[in-house]
Amino acid sequence: MTTTPPAPLLSAQALEVAFPGRRGAATARAVDGVDLDIRPGEIVALVGESGCGKTTLARSLLGLVPPTAGRVTFGGEPLDYAGRALKAYRKRVQLVLQDPSGSLNPRHTVYDAVAEGLRIHGYTGDEGAAVSGALARAGLRPPERFLLRYPHELSGGQRQRVVIAGALVLEPELIVADEPVASLDASVRGEILALLLKLRDELGLSALVVTHDLGLAWNIADRVAVMYLGRIVETGDVEQILTAPRHPYTQALLSVLPEADGEPVILTGEPPDPSKVPSGCRFHARCQVLASGEAERAGVADACRTKDLPVLEGGGRTQVACHWVAAETARAV
Amino acid sequence: MTAVKTESVPKPETGQPLLDVRNLHVTYGSGASAVPAVRGVDLRVEAGRKLGIAGESGCGKSTLALALLRLLPASATLSGEILLDGEDVLAMKGGRLRAVRWAGASIVFQGAMHSLNAVHRIGDQIAEPILLHSKASPAAARRRAGELLEQVGLPAARADAYPHELSGGQRQRVMIAMALACDPRLIIADEPTTALDVMIQAQILRLIEQLVSDQDLGLIMISHDLAVLSDTCDRLAVMYAGRVVEEGPADQVYENARHPYGSALSAAFPRIGDPASRHAPRGLPGDPPDPSALPSGCTFHPRCTAALDSCATEDQVLRPAGPSRRAACVLVEPEATAAPVPPDGAEEARSTS
Amino acid sequence: MTTTTDAARIAGPRALAWARRRQAAARFWQQYRGHRTGVAGLVVLAVIALTALSAPLLVGAGSQSVTAAPGGPLESPSAEFPLGTDQFGRSLLALLVWGTRVSLTVGLLAAFLSVAIGTLVGITAGHFKGWYGNVVMRITDWFLVMPTLVLAIALATVLSRSLWTTILAIGVTTWPTTARLVRAQTLSVESRPYIERSKALGGGHGHIMSRHVLPNVMPLVLAQTTLVISTAILTEATLAFLGLGDPTIVSWGGLLQDAREAGAVSSGNWWYLAPPGLAIAVVALAFTLCGRTIESVLNPKLGVSR
Repeated sequence: MTTTPPAPLLSAQALEVAFPGRRGAATARAVDGVDLDIRPGEIVALVGESGCGKTTLARSLLGLVPPTAGRVTFGGEPLDYAGRALKAYRKRVQLVLQDPSGSLNPRHTVYDAVAEGLRIHGYTGDEGAAVSGALARAGLRPPERFLLRYPHELSGGQRQRVVIAGALVLEPELIVADEPVASLDASVRGEILALLLKLRDELGLSALVVTHDLGLAWNIADRVAVMYLGRIVETGDVEQILTAPRHPYTQALLSVLPEADGEPVILTGEPPDPSKVPSGCRFHARCQVLASGEAERAGVADACRTKDLPVLEGGGRTQVACHWVAAETARAV
Repeated sequence: MTAVKTESVPKPETGQPLLDVRNLHVTYGSGASAVPAVRGVDLRVEAGRKLGIAGESGCGKSTLALALLRLLPASATLSGEILLDGEDVLAMKGGRLRAVRWAGASIVFQGAMHSLNAVHRIGDQIAEPILLHSKASPAAARRRAGELLEQVGLPAARADAYPHELSGGQRQRVMIAMALACDPRLIIADEPTTALDVMIQAQILRLIEQLVSDQDLGLIMISHDLAVLSDTCDRLAVMYAGRVVEEGPADQVYENARHPYGSALSAAFPRIGDPASRHAPRGLPGDPPDPSALPSGCTFHPRCTAALDSCATEDQVLRPAGPSRRAACVLVEPEATAAPVPPDGAEEARSTS
Repeated sequence: MTTTTDAARIAGPRALAWARRRQAAARFWQQYRGHRTGVAGLVVLAVIALTALSAPLLVGAGSQSVTAAPGGPLESPSAEFPLGTDQFGRSLLALLVWGTRVSLTVGLLAAFLSVAIGTLVGITAGHFKGWYGNVVMRITDWFLVMPTLVLAIALATVLSRSLWTTILAIGVTTWPTTARLVRAQTLSVESRPYIERSKALGGGHGHIMSRHVLPNVMPLVLAQTTLVISTAILTEATLAFLGLGDPTIVSWGGLLQDAREAGAVSSGNWWYLAPPGLAIAVVALAFTLCGRTIESVLNPKLGVSR
């Protein structure tokens, strides 16, 4: 074990992204204060339901969505949103989207799709060799068989591999994958996830995987961050968070999984609206601990309703943003 | 409960299953371009019991669901028997078929988000089957629609909303309300929770379970997620390339599948807390087969880790693999019991919760 | 398929791209062949194009000359002059054949200009949106509302009377329809995930518009072009008929104008009036049929019955 953890590769610091409401509606605070670090060679899973802001956070880490406050740093340097510097950044951090059929231009062959990145950045080497190399690394062998095919001639898993090859060809240091296997068949998921792990082991590629699937986090991630309504509510090592969650939201999410033991905590209502962020702890309106009176007994019910929680640190430490957990921990000490 | 008389589907005699599918074959197209989507499927569902059908794209599960009510396009050829309460759906004439559709069995379609007509209010859409199947007045139909909305957990006042004003989970509830509109005996849910968040999925599944047990309905649930099916259903059937390759009590099939495909499918969604699946995602090489170009012999052999040489040439049929379990794999040793497979669910009724 | 893969390895990306284009073209032709109306239109167009190209051989450049006219004025159709003669004694059939060249040239060039402007405007308006898109679309709407013919006449009167004026006049007044269609299609294409992927790869505005939007918009543009050609030919004929075309050049519209001036209407000289009018109609129809067929081949969702 190293005494000092390596410096983070990609880091969000006090990041906020807000979208103005349409026609005078309230602003939607999609990301409302997030610190998140991703270290080299690490796979971090960003987990949450729809509307929690995980997709927006991923895109602002990529520089596709400029933040309204806070900043993103890569390799210690803050992101420069000016044209040339941003383009150079793109070579180092790449994106893999959810829907492989939509991610590929139906009129471009596999060769064109993978070579696109090289052409944008003016690659001077042997384009054909780079494309074939990337396809082989993504598991499509022999690459020559696929060069002239169109996306509609490939299966879902093969299309996703083409997208991954297109990302790999630029030799990035980090990949942001937004629901990489959600649209794929169950028997194909494992192969794509195994590929991401292999890339981490062989190339030292870090990854930020955005997903709603906790099983996926268990399968390949080192660390997990659980997001709710624009904030990270719990973060830490996968083994710890997914087997012994402390935040009520994480506990509820894990309890409703089909193979979970015990009584499932099914939260009522819909995932919340980022334009109507509740006061105090954002989860208090649906929190089962508050509803059951536990919070009252611990004396934190008022705090839950009125006092906002601090932004969790981005590093690897296990942290929870919850008044009740804090009170319980203080009592146990 | 507002009295709405729907055309009656006769009560079954005891011992007769609610749904009995025998040797169903469905082929799209004809001649050289014929594509066999379902290749000989036998299924049974008793009243009040839940059957899960698991499989991936191209295995024929959606075709099977649509075939049960003959909702397939005209280019599809069906053969075999689909006995709904003893009556063969495939032999029904137009009027009787229309009466049975929705009042005998109804479907909660896949992609429910897009199955709702965007320009009609949801109350009207729920009332539509009621008006088609009974002589109720529009006002009575609307009242019933309001009751159904309450049953699925939405306030009756929402009946005036348009689909785009509802969230994904709420639209799925509307689809379930529509499926219940004519008091069917059997509900077929095709991937009811696939595009939904984990928490909403849990809400919808709990709703379905509650409705099925309250009204003593039969349920066929189709999904690619074996874990969800094993949690909700009593029995599980795994489909691959148009055939059932494994069948049995849900928890047994999920935890201890005898067919290699069944075990691969259940391993695809790992159990959290299981150290064996940490950093070890399990999948199958290759892709689900194209129905128009099926491999020879056992259709699973190109992807099977346990394939023998004979698997490429010899096809497999379902053989007994335990008490009321069947699997179509050469590696499954036929059990010593020479007795035929007992009717589904009879003993399980008492053992499962 | 070892030969293809070996070839692929040796050849390189350019050859691959050409091989793929050839295959795509063959597939397109295969589907086009199935539409009888489209094939009929294509045959008519081929005949007309052939006529236009071989006009010097068929009838000779001299047949336009007014001074060396072979026949008498306004003769009825006969064996020597199958369509009679005009008021100068020139064979009308010869003039009709010569007119093909002008009508087709003007039609094609004007359509090309119109579609080029429309596509450029449409793609940039759809891509950049914001205030630029708004301003451009308001200009487009303004042009759309203006009566095309009035504008074309105004332009033709202001500029000198020549073929290029006609082409210009038609080109700058008919682009709005294309612009609106292209903009709508651009907006639809840009909502697809592969545009986001391209941005994530580092693609800039130019790259996205040329490599992603344009190829997806081209089928629409192609179909639109053939329809615009018919409009262009008709507009050219109208302008010439109104006396705004080039007086030194023989065109079908010009023939109609000459016919009117020569009093062919009142004297019942149908052979002067009918053939040019029919020719215009036939060419416009042929282009329309081809255009509709291209549209339904490239966009099967239109489901045009064969």
